[in-house]
Amino acid sequence: MPMTQEPNIEAITVDQLRDKVRALREQGMRLVQISATRLPDAMELTYSFDLNDCLTNLRLFLPGEDTVLPSISEIFGCAILYENEIHDLFDVRVDGLTVDFKGNLYTTSVKYPFGSTKSPCPTPEPAPAANP
Amino acid sequence: MSRTVIPFGPQHPVLPEPVHLDLVVEDEKVIEARPSIGFIHRGLEKLVEKKDYVEFVYVAERVCGICSFIHGQTYCQAIETIMDVKVPPRALYLRTVWGELSRIHSHLLWLGLMADAMGFESLFMHAWRVREKILNIVEATTGGRVIFGSCKIGGVRRDIEADMIKSILKDLDGIEKDMRDITKVFMDDHSVKARMCGVGVLSKQDAYDLGCVGPMLRASGVAQDMRRLGYAAFSDIPVEPVVRTEGDSYARCAVRCEELFQSVQIIREAFGKIPGGEIAVKVTGNPNGETITRTEQPRGEVIYHIKANATKNLQRFRVRTPTFANLPAMLSVLPGCDLADVPIIVLTIDPCISCTER
Repeated sequence: MPMTQEPNIEAITVDQLRDKVRALREQGMRLVQISATRLPDAMELTYSFDLNDCLTNLRLFLPGEDTVLPSISEIFGCAILYENEIHDLFDVRVDGLTVDFKGNLYTTSVKYPFGSTKSPCPTPEPAPAANP
Repeated sequence: MSRTVIPFGPQHPVLPEPVHLDLVVEDEKVIEARPSIGFIHRGLEKLVEKKDYVEFVYVAERVCGICSFIHGQTYCQAIETIMDVKVPPRALYLRTVWGELSRIHSHLLWLGLMADAMGFESLFMHAWRVREKILNIVEATTGGRVIFGSCKIGGVRRDIEADMIKSILKDLDGIEKDMRDITKVFMDDHSVKARMCGVGVLSKQDAYDLGCVGPMLRASGVAQDMRRLGYAAFSDIPVEPVVRTEGDSYARCAVRCEELFQSVQIIREAFGKIPGGEIAVKVTGNPNGETITRTEQPRGEVIYHIKANATKNLQRFRVRTPTFANLPAMLSVLPGCDLADVPIIVLTIDPCISCTER
């Protein structure tokens, strides 16, 4: 059984996303998560797939505020929740969603609570507690 | 025939937590289910910017009120992977025991809720009566009943002494007998079977394609269980996934029933093999790196994606909970079912909405 939990991440471009995901689907992989991280100058997206308990990850960067993320929901139907979530929390425009909640998946009191792509990345307040 | 839209939730007697479905029905047949979630989004992932990585163990444990321990454990495992911390073997065994106690009490809670949804009140009370005995063990060993608070980065906070182990093993004999009685009713009772057999059938291919996890996936014939990755003491205690092939609500119930006894067996084996020694190592410095860690919650695979940049605040903390992964499958099996079966089908994914919305 595989013991490692270190991520095995392949960097790709936005244009390659759908072809890469389609190829993984044809290998029999399942989509296990899509994770977004807001960096100071870009949005980082990590797609994780599993086959026989081994993870394969794809990583891409969305550089500007107008960049559109192509949806993979035609390839993996369950991607709709991840992609709608990324839109609602991070203000990332997703193109080609098979089910688009149009910003209504999450009912949050603050719009785009994890930071909009159209506003500068806030500097987090440092934690008050000291480390061990 | 004209169509009617019936709102189901977010507040509904059968739902312990808020999720809303607009059910499009023709007569009493469901044609379509449109979901709305997000009523209790708490933004816990964002809180990582305010809390340092050590404090954040407490937040991770509070992602869910049922499987709190395994959330804390998964978070600690992720940080330990990044910082290359070698956790003492005894602590790994103790984590395994608490994780399995957590699974038993979660499954018993679910069985009680399912009995309640079917109107079988005495069965509901029996299931929760037995669950109480598990919670008593948890309280005796950790001091908590819902939030265990016993996992920390580098090990665990509390040990379980030999006398206590003996007492727990004795209690487990009685609990196992009680669980046999309860699960026999769930598996054999005519009215229970009439409510669950053939209801909400999910094929093996659909379960896999829709990204299902946990009992929902295993009940459709896919042998997947993250404990086989060998985290905690599972490299010494092999786990064979409990699998059924029917894919219906009865099969999902059967998988959970059988997993109760599997967990008791794992606890016995863990106590039989538990090594002596330290229960924690000191951890210093700040994490720097990235990891994706997976464990098996009672509801299925949970994923923690953590990024750290050598400061005391993590750069990203992302959790994909099992219920989040099971929602698409729930929506796919609702069309075609009777309106009266909707509560049963919704419950068989064991929905935990607050941990889904984090």
